[in-house]
Amino acid sequence: MAYAATHSPVNGFEVMISLSLFAAFALMTAIAAFAVLWPLSRTRAAQAAREADLAVYRDQLAEIARDAKSGRLPKAEAEAARIEVARRMLAADSARETASTEDPARITRQTTWRRRMAAVFALLFVPVFAVGLYGMLGSPRLPGAPLAERLTAAPDRGDVAILVRRVEEHLQKTPNDGAGYEILAPVYLRMGRPEDAARAYAEAIRILGPSALRHSSRGEALVIASDGLVTADAARAFADALALDPNEPRSAYFLGLAAEQDGRAADAARIWGQLLARTPADAPYRPVVAAALARVGGTAPAAPGVAAPGPGAADVAAAAALSSDERNAMVRGMVDRLAQRLDSAPDDIEGWLRLVRAYGVLGDKDKAAEALKKARATFKDNAEALGRLDAAEKELAAKTGAGEKG
Amino acid sequence: MIAEIGQYALALAFALSLAQVILPAWGARRNDPVLMSSAGPIALALFGFIAFAFGALVQLYVTSDFTVVNVAENSHSQMPLIYKITSTWGNHEGSMLLWVFVLAFFGALVAEFGSNLPDRLKALVLAVQGAVAAAFLSFILFTSNPFARLVPAPAEGRDLNPILQDLGLAIHPPLLYLGYVGLSISFAFAIAALIEGRIDAAWARWVRPWTLAAWIFLTLGIAMGSYWAYYELGWGGWWFWDPVENASLMPWLAATALLHSAVVMEKRDALKVWTILLAILAFSLSLVGTFLVRSGVLTSVHAFATDPARGVFILAILTFFIAGGLTLFAFRASELKQGGLFAPISREGALVLNNLFLTAATAAVLVGTLYPLALEALTGDKITVGPPYFNLAFGGLMVPLVFAMPFGPLLAWKRGDLMGVAQRLMLAAALAVVAAVVIAAATTGGPVLAPLAVGLAVFIMLGALTDIAERAGLGRVTARVALARLAGVPRSGYGTAIAHFGVGVCLLGIVCETGWSLEKIASVKLGDTVTIGARSLTLDRLENRTGANFRARTAVFSIREDGAPQGTIEASRRMFAARQMATTEAGIRTFGLSQLYVSMGEESPDGHISMRATYKPFVTLIWLGAVVMALGGALSLADRRLRVGAPRPATKRPRAPVPAE
Repeated sequence: MAYAATHSPVNGFEVMISLSLFAAFALMTAIAAFAVLWPLSRTRAAQAAREADLAVYRDQLAEIARDAKSGRLPKAEAEAARIEVARRMLAADSARETASTEDPARITRQTTWRRRMAAVFALLFVPVFAVGLYGMLGSPRLPGAPLAERLTAAPDRGDVAILVRRVEEHLQKTPNDGAGYEILAPVYLRMGRPEDAARAYAEAIRILGPSALRHSSRGEALVIASDGLVTADAARAFADALALDPNEPRSAYFLGLAAEQDGRAADAARIWGQLLARTPADAPYRPVVAAALARVGGTAPAAPGVAAPGPGAADVAAAAALSSDERNAMVRGMVDRLAQRLDSAPDDIEGWLRLVRAYGVLGDKDKAAEALKKARATFKDNAEALGRLDAAEKELAAKTGAGEKG
Repeated sequence: MIAEIGQYALALAFALSLAQVILPAWGARRNDPVLMSSAGPIALALFGFIAFAFGALVQLYVTSDFTVVNVAENSHSQMPLIYKITSTWGNHEGSMLLWVFVLAFFGALVAEFGSNLPDRLKALVLAVQGAVAAAFLSFILFTSNPFARLVPAPAEGRDLNPILQDLGLAIHPPLLYLGYVGLSISFAFAIAALIEGRIDAAWARWVRPWTLAAWIFLTLGIAMGSYWAYYELGWGGWWFWDPVENASLMPWLAATALLHSAVVMEKRDALKVWTILLAILAFSLSLVGTFLVRSGVLTSVHAFATDPARGVFILAILTFFIAGGLTLFAFRASELKQGGLFAPISREGALVLNNLFLTAATAAVLVGTLYPLALEALTGDKITVGPPYFNLAFGGLMVPLVFAMPFGPLLAWKRGDLMGVAQRLMLAAALAVVAAVVIAAATTGGPVLAPLAVGLAVFIMLGALTDIAERAGLGRVTARVALARLAGVPRSGYGTAIAHFGVGVCLLGIVCETGWSLEKIASVKLGDTVTIGARSLTLDRLENRTGANFRARTAVFSIREDGAPQGTIEASRRMFAARQMATTEAGIRTFGLSQLYVSMGEESPDGHISMRATYKPFVTLIWLGAVVMALGGALSLADRRLRVGAPRPATKRPRAPVPAE
């Protein structure tokens, strides 16, 4: 279903797959039923056990005679062997065979009945059982996806894992591309790989330099990695973030959580109280902080009138629980939101550069070019910004060139 | 789509396996030839569908289709093609599918070549086979589905356990499973005979070749596994009394016993009930062996496939087939016609002795393997039963058995002459004593008993040769006649002698390796030299190498013997990124039959590496002996009178004059 969600125009292709799958299933079922039915169509006499025994002994006698004649078996030995086999033959012959005393017509009637039952078994039980079992276990609408095929598929198929793999391969070749790590990190988080996300944020900090957002994002990834526990490592990351930006809300929230987890309820209440005091009423994460504060017995102060930007902790925490479809949508949604924001508020060179790089990493050359064009139009009087856009374009060209070679 | 077709093929196979139980069994009960004859085509179709499903799984592995959980968890797109294929069975789900694939293969062989079997016997045998297949298919489908899908698919697999990334995985499990599952045929024949209440003449004809074939595969499989552990684990040991190894040794011992008791049944029409019991036990031990590895109760070098959640299902299958088989035996065995009695000093008497010792040895291994498990389950105490127990209990039973081994084939059927046989073995015994004395005089150090054990090994080998010499009448008749007689010795006769000779070869290797191995453990840096025996090893260089999906650190040593250069030996450690696991690749150089074995350990920051060098005299004889044994088995199997499905049936042919009763 991962692919179905994002390529609705190719529904016809899906129907075709189901048809060929259906044909394969039908053919297999027919073969299985035939294997049961076929012997029923033959008439065959039973080879009685006693007859089979005697046949074996007769063959043995014949072979002894042959061996004795050709000189491979000394005469005395052959004689002894013959006597032994004859003794066994006699024993087999005298063994009682349960002879049938039933009425032949009745036997025929019963045989016919049994054949019919067996035919019903073949035609009903085998297909119904197999289809039912397959219904429990199979995923008929999920197409197969050999790796080679996925790697050559168009990037807009929404195969996040492959996109991530591309970015990873790119980063292996150019390990100092901080922007690449910054794009990768939240995707890792949504894919349920928080350790990798934390590592990617750390790389971004190393290459691009520290920022409150990067530190707090890394801290959050560490918290998710340790199942919600604010570890000492994570707490340090949040403290680093607050040192750069004392108003960074997420770090404050998690440091409050750290205090609560340490049993310092009063500290937690103080931290969250202060956070709420500067949280606007319409901030999406406000209810989360308020609930946390209520948990440790504090009361929520009134909201200030200023809106604070940035993703909410609750948003990101919820992202981890998203299904794959939603995750796919989110990845592109993230980029789309950025594009929309820039359309309405274009005076943000950092935003444009991020958008161009994002499209580049996702392999979307046309959109990257379009974004570059728009950005150039916006900053046509700003030489420094134009220079940075030119650099971004070169970087993009190098990247896609490398991608095509690889 | 391939995954879904494979899944459906498996579902159909399950339905067919139920048909293979119900229809033939019903037909046998009602004596309906048509229903009974349905067993064959169904068994062939079952094989077809399982083979198809197995092929589908292989294809998914080859194309790295990570939408399949099993592939994503056990494969890596960078692995060489051969390992992509072998990882199909390098995991729990896939190995179960391989097991049932082999089972269906054997069922198809019975269906195809069993035309000379009585209808009822054939129907019942295939019904029992169908029941085993149904049990395994339900286990696979409900607890270990190899075709389960994964959404979203990862971009890379988690890689195959690096220890298993070796050619050994291509050979060892298939061989072992051919052995394990081959025993299901004799089991099915035994159960069919118990249900029927009679043993057909065909039963006796069939059980020996089938057991023999299974035994050959088991022998090779165990030897292969032993050699694999020897070179891959980096410890240089070839047998660890690890529960998983024991799990394969037990069916082998039981199969060896079964093989010998089947000879008595074939030749003397006796020991039938005992043979049936052994057939049930041998397959039961195969099932235990298969499942011991997978139920999660064991922790061992076989690190793959451990999941306690499957334990209950496994226990149910084990109980059904083992307890069911033994219960059936308890109720029906008395109805089977017993064969005649015989004298203790005779070929058949010797074979009974062999059976007693082998079953006792099996029991000793079983106790040593299961006792720690039972104790842990009951009291929670964790204990390990180590090599000392096994060496004493198993060795104690094996020594008299192998000592008696040369006597058996020389004894006549019905009434043997022990003194006469002893006289004929005098030359072998005398040469063995000489060998022991020479060894004792020539070696210093080593265990006191080692020269005696060498003598025993020599006695076994020469005893096997004596058997052939006696048959040819060497020394009593002219060379021309002797040659003619040699040509006339049946292949099964050569088979016996060669297999027994192989036991001696194997024993010789074991004794030499345990008695006179040299070991050096050292920490060396570039240019350092370690001397072991007559050879010296100098660390020439340390290199970084890159494989398809691993990085290796390799130490290259140059070997000198008495100053003369003898090439190099390379030991390395491989780091597999996907699993963050390291493996040791021991460097092994073979000199004649002996081996020099070097493994490297951690590298310290100051450039020292820890290394272990071992010189193992005649160590290759251990596995060569097993190969010789298997060769003997193959010769015996190739005896045309035993050939499965041959137009001419097997026949008895006493080798010594027997008086009529």
